[in-house]
Amino acid sequence: MSTITLTLKESPSVPLETEVITPDTVADLSRSEIAALTVYHGKRVCRLDDFFDIDGEKSEHIEIHGDLHRVRMIGKGMSRGSLSITGNVGMHLGAQMSGGTITVNGNASDWIGAEMTGGLIRIHGNGGGQIGAAYRGSLAGMRNGTILVDGTAGLEVGMRMKRGTIVIGKTVRDFAGLQMKGGTIVMLSGAEIRTGAWMNRGTIISCQPTQVMPTFAYSGAYNPTFVNVYAKHLTQYGIDLPYKVSAGTYSRYAGDMGVSGKGELLVWNPV
Amino acid sequence: MLRVTGGKVFDPANGINGEVRDLCVDQGRFVGSVDGGKTIDATGMVIFPGGVDVHTHVAGGSINFARAMTPEDHRRTQAFIRTKTRRSGIGGMAPTTFATGYLYAGMGFTTVNEAAVPVLSARHTHEELSDIPIVDKSSLVLMANNEILLDLIEKGELERAKQVLAWYVSSAKAYGVKAVNPGGVAAWKYGNDAKTLTETISGYKTLTPGNVVTNLAKLVDELGFPHPIHLHCNNLGAPGNISTTIETMKHLEGHRAHLAHLQYHAYGGDDWTTMRSEAAQLAEYFNAHPNMTTDAGAVLFGDTVTITADGPWQHLLYKLTGRKWGNLDVENETGCGIVPYTYKPSNLVNAVQWAVGLELLLLIDDPWRVFLSTDHPNGACFWRYPEIVKLLMCADFRNECMRKLPVSIMNKITLPEITREYTLYEIATIMSAGPARALGLKQKGNLGIGADADIVIYNQEDDVEHMFGHPRYVIKGGEVVIEEGEIRETPDGREFIVQPKYESDTEAFLQPLFEELYTMQFENYPVEMERIEHPDIQECVPVE
Repeated sequence: MSTITLTLKESPSVPLETEVITPDTVADLSRSEIAALTVYHGKRVCRLDDFFDIDGEKSEHIEIHGDLHRVRMIGKGMSRGSLSITGNVGMHLGAQMSGGTITVNGNASDWIGAEMTGGLIRIHGNGGGQIGAAYRGSLAGMRNGTILVDGTAGLEVGMRMKRGTIVIGKTVRDFAGLQMKGGTIVMLSGAEIRTGAWMNRGTIISCQPTQVMPTFAYSGAYNPTFVNVYAKHLTQYGIDLPYKVSAGTYSRYAGDMGVSGKGELLVWNPV
Repeated sequence: MLRVTGGKVFDPANGINGEVRDLCVDQGRFVGSVDGGKTIDATGMVIFPGGVDVHTHVAGGSINFARAMTPEDHRRTQAFIRTKTRRSGIGGMAPTTFATGYLYAGMGFTTVNEAAVPVLSARHTHEELSDIPIVDKSSLVLMANNEILLDLIEKGELERAKQVLAWYVSSAKAYGVKAVNPGGVAAWKYGNDAKTLTETISGYKTLTPGNVVTNLAKLVDELGFPHPIHLHCNNLGAPGNISTTIETMKHLEGHRAHLAHLQYHAYGGDDWTTMRSEAAQLAEYFNAHPNMTTDAGAVLFGDTVTITADGPWQHLLYKLTGRKWGNLDVENETGCGIVPYTYKPSNLVNAVQWAVGLELLLLIDDPWRVFLSTDHPNGACFWRYPEIVKLLMCADFRNECMRKLPVSIMNKITLPEITREYTLYEIATIMSAGPARALGLKQKGNLGIGADADIVIYNQEDDVEHMFGHPRYVIKGGEVVIEEGEIRETPDGREFIVQPKYESDTEAFLQPLFEELYTMQFENYPVEMERIEHPDIQECVPVE
């Protein structure tokens, strides 16, 4: 399998917008055509090879190396292929993507997979805020797809998401599932405060005790069948979601009663 | 100097229907002949006068509020990247100022009329208008809910009201008078609306919307503004509002009037489920009363943002959609509401609205009295006009679109029975010559000698949507601004204004009221003439 390797020459002084780095754009391009792709360094129009050493051509598989924390919009709108990133990466990674896979060995900044409609994003480090969220003003965040973050996550994870799955390994900050409309957020290590504020529908699962807002109503303890299915589905990513009756139960809280109250927060209580 | 040769000329203002003629331009105007200069060979092409938009919202407080409220649209829309000759901007539902000029010119429009400006934000509006390149502009100020004026009309002090109206228009450096939901926006400040013409307006003892309509139309005629009263009737958008609209037209008898976006005022039925088109009834009355002109305010399916001074209607629309809502109270002058909206073919109400806009354009016989508009951005964005042209010119395409609508609306609309197809000559009338005449701009929408050399040259194509969306050349004031889809030049446009005379004691009358009612200093209120880039003062001739 051929790959295209991009190596950042040096970290740009102001943010570099590289929405051209997607398998869709480069799949049929020669090395020189890839080098000539347009990127925006602040307001300046530049070429991709002004910032990256490029190796390989005509492939749907891209590897990127370097300190990319000021490189934004990588994989924006991609629909196929794979992106493998080694290093910390900037905002809007995989935003609005509809398919393909992004893997990051490092941390990723805010707006990972914002408004995505399909595909898989896996971050082995920490994630920023607004993961899978709706952009400001927009009615809906991610509509499908999967985002897995091994480390921590920032504010407003899954804000206004409509469908799809987000799994966060370590602690999630405030307002996870803000104004959520559907889909599932799994917080393996719980969250800080105001989880599920304003949520209309959807499910938030916390595997650790977490603060529950006063507008959520306790509605029983049980082991929902769908969690079994979910747990088995997540096993393929090495994620261990508890579901066995012998191991414990989930407390269900219905909310946010400040709005429709059709959402749910499930908090795991081990035996 | 410029000569355009061999093209088929459609110039309704001079009765020229597709004849092959040469056009000669010197110093930005049409002349009888030129010696030398550039020649454009337009053989086989179609030549129109530059388009004129009689009713649009492109500058000022309300559209700017709409821009701020719809950041999600900015992300998905056409971006204009800065070049040496062109400023950056974005298109979409509420395009930015520079992009507005590029998009209008790119579609062959050279004159636009900003149809709703509160005097309080006139200065802002002129600043934005001066940043809309290429096209010439004019603006109308909102007067039908101005409390000083309403008080004078209620007391019957019409002569004083006329002086005050002249002072407001003169101070705003406007071109004419807009009336939005007369009395309704004033009533909105009490949480009410004014849905009929005969009920007293909230906060007043005897004043009714009917008084306001008749008196404003009369005052505008007496002051002789080139454009008559530009009226957004009461009870917009509501099922069964046809009775209000006909009643309004009766109140306008004996006066000139332009009725804005009649599509929103031509509904029958009692509620949203029974809402039906009454375009046929409206067109029948309208056809028989030549004192009025109108623009369609047609609706196209898709996303847009609705903006209007009609605050109570926007609150209702927000309640119906549950989407974002912006509301502004403009002191004692008017209001403003913003609601992003999506017109869906599957929605019965939207489907009826889509049909009504086209029905009005097709059922009003005289193309000199009904004009192409979408009430941008309310019914659809202005850059979608070519779609409407196609719907008007191709009955087959219209039928094809109708098949996608729910079957249950077919007994609510008359569109399926209409076979009329517009000719190119009629399109040139509703898109250019007609609106120019209604605006009282003799130099626009006209390819005759002495008129402004605004020319659009199209490749004649079977796909009229593509043809009207992609002119081969656009010439503004004798300068080639668009060629082969590329922007060549971006000259500044002019601004048409009127400066009506008023009695010298008008300011002395207004100043104490001002200090009592407004948050702004009286001296700071009028817009200085220096603020207007390239003002072009038009004459006021009182209508007999």
